[in-house]
Amino acid sequence: MSNRNYLNANYNVWSWFFTTDHKRVAILYLISITVFFLVGGAAAVLFRLELMTPEGDLVLPETYNRLFTLHGIVMIFFFLIPAVPAVFGNFLLPMMIGARDLAFPKLNLASWYLYSLSGLFGVWVILTGGVDTGWTFYTPYSTTYGNTSVLSAAIAAFIAGFSSILTALNFLVTTHTMRAPGMTWFRLPLFVWAHYAMSLVVLLGTPVLAIAIALVGIERAFHVGIFDPKLGGDPLLFQHLFWFYSHPAVYIMVLPAMGVISELITCFARKKIFGYTFIAFSSLAIAVLGFLVWGHHMFVSGQSMYAGFVFSFLSMLVAVPSAVKVFNWTATLYKGSVIWNTPMLYALGFIGLFTMGGLTGLFLATLGVDVHVHDTYFVVAHFHYIMVGGSLMAYLGALHFWWPKMTGRLYPEGWGRISAILIFFGFNLTFFPQFVLGYLGMPRRYHVYPEEWQILNVMSSAGASILGVGYLLPLGYLVWSLRYGRRSGKNPWRASGLEWEAESPPITHNFHKTPIVTGDVYDYDPTEPVELETEKHPEKVTVQ
Amino acid sequence: MDSTFQLFPESASQIADRVDALYLFLVAVALFFTFLICVLILYFGVKYRRGSLAERGNPPRSNLLELAWAVVPFLLSMVMFVWGADVFYDIKTPPADALQIDVVGKQWMWKVHHPGGQSEINQLHVPLGRPVRLRMVSEDVIHSFYIPAFRVKQDVLPGYYTQMWFQPDRAGTYHLFCAEYCGTEHAQMIGSVIVLEQDAFADWLSGETGDPPEVAGARLFERHRCGSCHKAQGGSGPSLAGVFGRRVPLKSGESIVADEQYLRSSILNPQQHIVAGFQPLMPSYQGQLNESDVLKIIAYMKTLEGNASASGEDTGDGNDQPPETEN
Repeated sequence: MSNRNYLNANYNVWSWFFTTDHKRVAILYLISITVFFLVGGAAAVLFRLELMTPEGDLVLPETYNRLFTLHGIVMIFFFLIPAVPAVFGNFLLPMMIGARDLAFPKLNLASWYLYSLSGLFGVWVILTGGVDTGWTFYTPYSTTYGNTSVLSAAIAAFIAGFSSILTALNFLVTTHTMRAPGMTWFRLPLFVWAHYAMSLVVLLGTPVLAIAIALVGIERAFHVGIFDPKLGGDPLLFQHLFWFYSHPAVYIMVLPAMGVISELITCFARKKIFGYTFIAFSSLAIAVLGFLVWGHHMFVSGQSMYAGFVFSFLSMLVAVPSAVKVFNWTATLYKGSVIWNTPMLYALGFIGLFTMGGLTGLFLATLGVDVHVHDTYFVVAHFHYIMVGGSLMAYLGALHFWWPKMTGRLYPEGWGRISAILIFFGFNLTFFPQFVLGYLGMPRRYHVYPEEWQILNVMSSAGASILGVGYLLPLGYLVWSLRYGRRSGKNPWRASGLEWEAESPPITHNFHKTPIVTGDVYDYDPTEPVELETEKHPEKVTVQ
Repeated sequence: MDSTFQLFPESASQIADRVDALYLFLVAVALFFTFLICVLILYFGVKYRRGSLAERGNPPRSNLLELAWAVVPFLLSMVMFVWGADVFYDIKTPPADALQIDVVGKQWMWKVHHPGGQSEINQLHVPLGRPVRLRMVSEDVIHSFYIPAFRVKQDVLPGYYTQMWFQPDRAGTYHLFCAEYCGTEHAQMIGSVIVLEQDAFADWLSGETGDPPEVAGARLFERHRCGSCHKAQGGSGPSLAGVFGRRVPLKSGESIVADEQYLRSSILNPQQHIVAGFQPLMPSYQGQLNESDVLKIIAYMKTLEGNASASGEDTGDGNDQPPETEN
C-alpha cells in the first residue's frame, strides 16, 4: 500500500497556503487557533495575578480593562466559535459522510484567511489601540466614549463572522448533497447533526451581529443617532441586536462540542448511543430556542418587566433539550463496557461540568435571582462552566480522540490522563469559588475589590495556575508525539464511523473508493472484547 | 462590612430573604441533579468498566424514559419561572408611599439628591423600615446601581429614567457598586449605603444643607429665562401651568402624557416632540443643564398649578409617579 497521505503528498509551503484539502485547512485552523488560545490565556494569567490581592497593585486599571477585553474577544471570536467546527468539523464532516471534500473547498480556504487575518488584526488593534469595552461593546460607551480603535476591533469580529458564515454554508451544502450512497439522515453520526444545527444558527445569527457593528460604525462616523441618546438614539437597541446574535453564539460554541461528546461516549462505552433521535432533534430544538431568549441578558437593563417574564419563560425551555442530552449520554454508559481513557475522561468531565453550567444557567433565567447575580462573578462562573468546562473539554477530548487519524501517531496515554485530571480539578478550583463570589455580590470587570473577598479570589487564581499547567502539557506531548509517538493504524479505538475506514492519516481524497453504507450508525457491541492500540505493547503493533 | 471570610452575603432588605429562599431552592435542585449525574456516571462507569463481570447489552429504546426526563426538567423549570417572576414583580413594583430619592450616575461617581435638597456623593443615607424609591439617570454611559445586601440592582441609563426600590430592614453600612462596566475607573465607582434608624435619619437630614429641588429648579428656570417663551398665555412656547401628568397633543397628530421622561426630553431634545400649534423654535439645553439640574427643573414644573391640570399631588416624595418608564 502506498504511503502517500494528505500530509506528505506535497511538502511545498505553498501547497499548504493554497490548499483546498479540507484536512489541510483543518490543520491550518488547528495551528492558528492554538496561537489565539495562548494569547487569550496569557491575558487571563495576568488578570488572575492582579486579582490575587484586593488592591490594584500589578497593572493599571486601563491595562486591566484591556486585558479582559483581549481575553473575551480572542477566546470567543477567535478560539471558541471556530474551535470544534473549523478544526474537527472541517476535518471530519466530509469523512463521516463518505465525501472526498467539502462542497466548496476554495471557500473553505478563504474562510481560514478571513479568520486568521481578522484575528491578527484584532489582537494588534486591542494591544496598540487600547480597546477596553469588553467583548460586549455596549453603547454608548463604545460609540461615544471609547476611542476610535473600538471600531477597528469590532470590524475584526465582523470579518471573523464572515469566516464562520462560509464554514456554516459549506457544512449545510455538504451534508445535503455529498452523503455517500446509503448514508441516510438517520445514519448520520450525531457529530454531523450537531454541526448541521450549529450551521443554521451561524447563518441566521451572524448577519445580525454584522448589522449591529455596521450601525455602530455609522453612528461613530456620521453622528447618526442610533444608540447614543444625546443624538436621539436608544442605548438598549444595541443590546437587543448584540444579544440576538451573541446568545445564539453560545449554542454555536456548545452544539459542536455536544456532537463530539456523543461520539466519544458511545465509542468508549462500546455501546450504541441511547436515544439517537432524541439527541439529534434536541440539537435542532436548542438551535431554534436559542434565537428566542436574548432578552435574558437584559432583565435589569431597563427592559419592560413583561418582556422579562417572556424571556425568562423561554429561557427555561432551553433546559429541556439540554437535560435530554445529558440523561441520554449517562444512560449510554448503562450496560456498556466502559473504557476510562483520555478522551473518555474529557467526555465524562464534560457531562459533569456542562450539567453544572446548565443548572446555574437556570439561576440566571430565574428573574428574582438574576436581579442580584446579574453582572457579578456568578455569571462569569456560569459561562465558564459552559464554555471551558463544556466546549473546551470537548475540544480537548476531540483532539485526543482524532489525533491518531489526523497525524497517524498515538499520543502518550499516561500523560493524557494526567492532564485531563489536572484540567478537571484546576477548572473547578478556578471557577467554583466564583459562584460564591458572585452571590456575595462581587461585580465582574473589577480590578480592585473589598478585602473580605480575597481568599476566594486567591483560590480561583491558584486553580487557574493548575489549569494552565493542564493546558500546556498536551501542547508538549502532542507535539512530541508527532515525531516520537507510536504509529496508529486505521482504527486505533475500534470505533465505528466512516472516518475510521480511511487510512491514518487519510489520503488526499480520503477514501480509496467511495464507501457504501449498509449498516446502522454506532454499531457497537458491549459484549465483544476489545483492545485499543494505545494499550498494546509496542512490539505487537503492526504498522499499516 | 467586616473583613472576615464570607460564604453568604448579609441581608438587609425586605426582599433579601425571599431572594435567598428562592436561591437556596435553586441550589438544592442544582446539587440534586449534579450529584445524580455524577453518581450515575461513576456507578455505571465502575460497574460496567471493561472486563467487569456485569451483564452487558444494548437495551431497547424507551420512549417512556425519554418522556420522563423531558417532563421532569420542564416542570421544575416552570416552578423556577413562576417563583422567580413573583419575586421579580415585587422587586419591580414600588409601593405608592415610597420616599423618592434621585440618583445621577456619571463616570465615575454617584450623585444623590434627597427631596429636601440634601445631596451626597458615593453615599446614600436611607431610613430604616421605610420603602425608598430611586429615580435614576446617567450623564454619560450606562451604569448600574447595585446594593448586594438588598439583592437589588438596576441599570442607570443615559437619556431615560429608570427606577428601583427597596425597604431596608437592618441598620448598618452596606456596599454600593456600579455593576455595568463603564470605563477606566469602573471598579472605583463604589460607595456605601447607610441605613439609619428613623430618628437618626431625621437628624442626619437636618444636619445637611441644600435647597429643596423645586426651589433650586425655580432659580434655574429663572436663570435660563424659560418663562420668556413659556408664558401662561400667548408665548412662543406652550404654557407649563399644570403640565405634569397632562396629555399633550403633538404636531404629529399623536398625543403623549407629560411624565418626567417627556419633560426631560423636551428640555434636552426639544425637537423630538413638537406640541401642536407651536413652531420648533426651542434650542436644546444639552451641555447647559446637567441631569441634576433637569431633575430640579422638573420638580419645579410639578409645582406649577394651572387649569386642565391632571396633577393635583404635592411635590417631592409623593404619589407623583409617572407611568412606568419602559425603554
